[in-house]
Amino acid sequence: MSSLEEPLGFDKLPSMSTIDRIQRFSAGACRPTVDDMGMGNCWIEGRGCSTSNSCDIFSSEDYEEYKGEAFPWRRHVRDASEGEAFNRRPKSLSKNRMKFGHVCKSRNLPDQHYSSKCTERGIRGITNKFLNGIPKFVKIVEVGPRDGLQNEKNIVPTSVKVELIRRLVSSGLPVVEATSFVSPKWVPQLADAKDVMKAVCDIEDARLPVLTPNVKGFEAAVAAGAKEVAIFASASESFSKSNINCSIEESLARYRAVCLAAKEHSVPVRGYVSCVVGCPVEGAIPPSKVAYVAKELYDMGCFEISLGDTIGVGTPGAVIPMLEAVMAVVPAEKLAVHFHDTYGQSLPNILISLQMGISTVDSSVAGLGGCPYAKGASGNVATEDVVYMLNGLGVKTNVDLAKLMLAGEFISNHLGRQSGSKTAVALCRVTADASKIR
Amino acid sequence: MIAARRLDKISRLMGSRATPSAFLKAFNKESLLWIESLNPKVRLLGNDDGDAVRFSTYHYSSNCNHSPTNKVLRNLPAHVKIVEVGPRDGLQNEKEIVPTSTKVQLIKMLVSSGLTVVEATSFVSPKWVPQLADAKDVMDAIQNIQGARFPVLIPNLKGFEAAVSAGAKEVAIFASASESFSKSNINCSIEDSLARFRDVVSAAREISLPVRGYVSCVVGCPVEGIVPPSKVAYVAKQLFDMGCSEISLGDTIGVGTPGTIIPMLENVMNVVPIDNLAVHFHDTYGQALSNILTSLQMGISTVDSSVSGLGGCPYAKGASGNVATEDVVYMLNGLGIETNVDLEKLLLAGDFICKHLRRPPSSKTAVALSSKKANSKL
Repeated sequence: MSSLEEPLGFDKLPSMSTIDRIQRFSAGACRPTVDDMGMGNCWIEGRGCSTSNSCDIFSSEDYEEYKGEAFPWRRHVRDASEGEAFNRRPKSLSKNRMKFGHVCKSRNLPDQHYSSKCTERGIRGITNKFLNGIPKFVKIVEVGPRDGLQNEKNIVPTSVKVELIRRLVSSGLPVVEATSFVSPKWVPQLADAKDVMKAVCDIEDARLPVLTPNVKGFEAAVAAGAKEVAIFASASESFSKSNINCSIEESLARYRAVCLAAKEHSVPVRGYVSCVVGCPVEGAIPPSKVAYVAKELYDMGCFEISLGDTIGVGTPGAVIPMLEAVMAVVPAEKLAVHFHDTYGQSLPNILISLQMGISTVDSSVAGLGGCPYAKGASGNVATEDVVYMLNGLGVKTNVDLAKLMLAGEFISNHLGRQSGSKTAVALCRVTADASKIR
Repeated sequence: MIAARRLDKISRLMGSRATPSAFLKAFNKESLLWIESLNPKVRLLGNDDGDAVRFSTYHYSSNCNHSPTNKVLRNLPAHVKIVEVGPRDGLQNEKEIVPTSTKVQLIKMLVSSGLTVVEATSFVSPKWVPQLADAKDVMDAIQNIQGARFPVLIPNLKGFEAAVSAGAKEVAIFASASESFSKSNINCSIEDSLARFRDVVSAAREISLPVRGYVSCVVGCPVEGIVPPSKVAYVAKQLFDMGCSEISLGDTIGVGTPGTIIPMLENVMNVVPIDNLAVHFHDTYGQALSNILTSLQMGISTVDSSVSGLGGCPYAKGASGNVATEDVVYMLNGLGIETNVDLEKLLLAGDFICKHLRRPPSSKTAVALSSKKANSKL
């Protein structure tokens, strides 16, 4: 539904910085309560608070305007003739964005403050039904530097990888998968694993797990300074054979050895299960198989099991029975979801997973990492898009979307292509065009 | 039993060092048969050569419905009507004029995919939307198409009259929930636009012509920022009360997330019956499908979308706009929701228009499936 009479051109929009745009549009979820005003420093620091969502949209005057008024827009109608109303808001935005924090004390949905009194009762009732089970905090596991970059044909210099990791950590991401100690014969992109680990060994603000295929890889990882590792098994027998050249059972035996060694070194181990919905060879994967592999990994000592829809074919209809089967054998708080956006389904799948109580989500900055099974198709879900949605749900992530976008921009510029994140593209485009007006 | 047979075949093929494409070729039909045996409701799509795996049909709806803990999908509608807006909302932003014959062919292909409502064109002044200046010719050419409705957009009584004389049997009007957007987009206040539309709806009722009402900026406005749900409810109610049979709620700049969609829908559902509501989400921030899912959970059963995601966002150049019908159908198939749409044929329609526009589809499902098809032929 774009312009039909006279298209709204950019020359008619007030020019805004990316920060303003993010504040304005990144989510409507959280409004500052009157108590929260004055916590703006929290936002600027970008850490220890909720995300930089659009709590800052309205100034105190705006808040006063809308509180309890059924049809506040009518005031704008009256003001229109004065020609000021529609410019007031952007000015107040930039003036006041420093003032307000975005610490959301509750998951109060955005416009509860604005709805007329008669609907307020109704709102809480229906809203809670859909959002009750959603966790207040979601841990995002950033897999861009490993899962994202490992498929890149052109070797990315170590310094660029390290800079990417640093930027990601500074955006507030608590876990960033740094690299992989799989043989460089198979993954030449990550042959510099040791050098990357050396360069990031001083980072304290985030955990930096690394992928290890076996005990040998584990030992190399630990020698290089890794403090956390990840292993990966498949729920599909044929995928296991074609991807890591051994059966599921053989891979599990291998990983038991890794977990044993890791226990001796007090190194936590994360377990991935691939093909949790579909396999490029076998087709649909029964949830019971996924549950079996997940339980094996959990029982051998993995502290977290990440369930990966490797080829992105899942929809909520398939994800739910899979999660149900797994949650019957592994506690929900030990589970993570790792959806691919190959068919555009990852955000609804993530939403469903949150509704079922999952609180850890894997994603990749700028949607790095295509799908090796459908050339040209997308792969990992973009962290920016996930953060945008979580902000909108009032879910805390500790991630500063603006800083995250800078990290995404950095790596996309290096790779010489557009970000795979729609949020990043939308926010950047608006900024770019707005800046041309001057 | 079936699994064991398949695993046997797999190991035999592995032993022979078969290539990945051989795997695909070998297992497509068998996988499809296996799924069919599990769930008779599954519709299996496939080419004559059966080479491309169609995962979109692998849904577990029967398993889902039997699960007692599956509260998140319990109240989803059994059937969703998709309103295809590609030929109008999608094409109207294209710079290069698309020939009438191409538009008509697109409409025909969309109808043959099973879509029952296809927004055909718009009778807004060609001065503002030159792409759709051929509205009359398009309407002429589709007069005899059966099996679908073809609403057309109209801005006022004059446009309505032109539409009716061109053979339109259904029209659509649009108001905004944001005052500033209303003024900048259609050059008048919300109240003035509603007054204009009351005349249109009056005239439409006299000849028993259904009218669909769009509300734009139901979450955010490029000028005002966040739009209060009460405003959206007000405009929706006005349109409904004046006689619109369906109100389509549009997140014009795609900024909505489930956190903002829910209170907006709740407010509107207080004043307009849910069966008369549709959602029209833009995918500018990648949020459309999760917003649609949320809407379905709230009981909405009509969704607007655009084949191949036609129609960018004029407020963020280069950013995406309409949600792609293929992606919506893929998700609905996976949820076991009936749409009447044949994804395979829909892909052909999308392929057709994208070839003409010389660019890849903005539908991830379309890209993934056409890539798999290409690879399986190697």
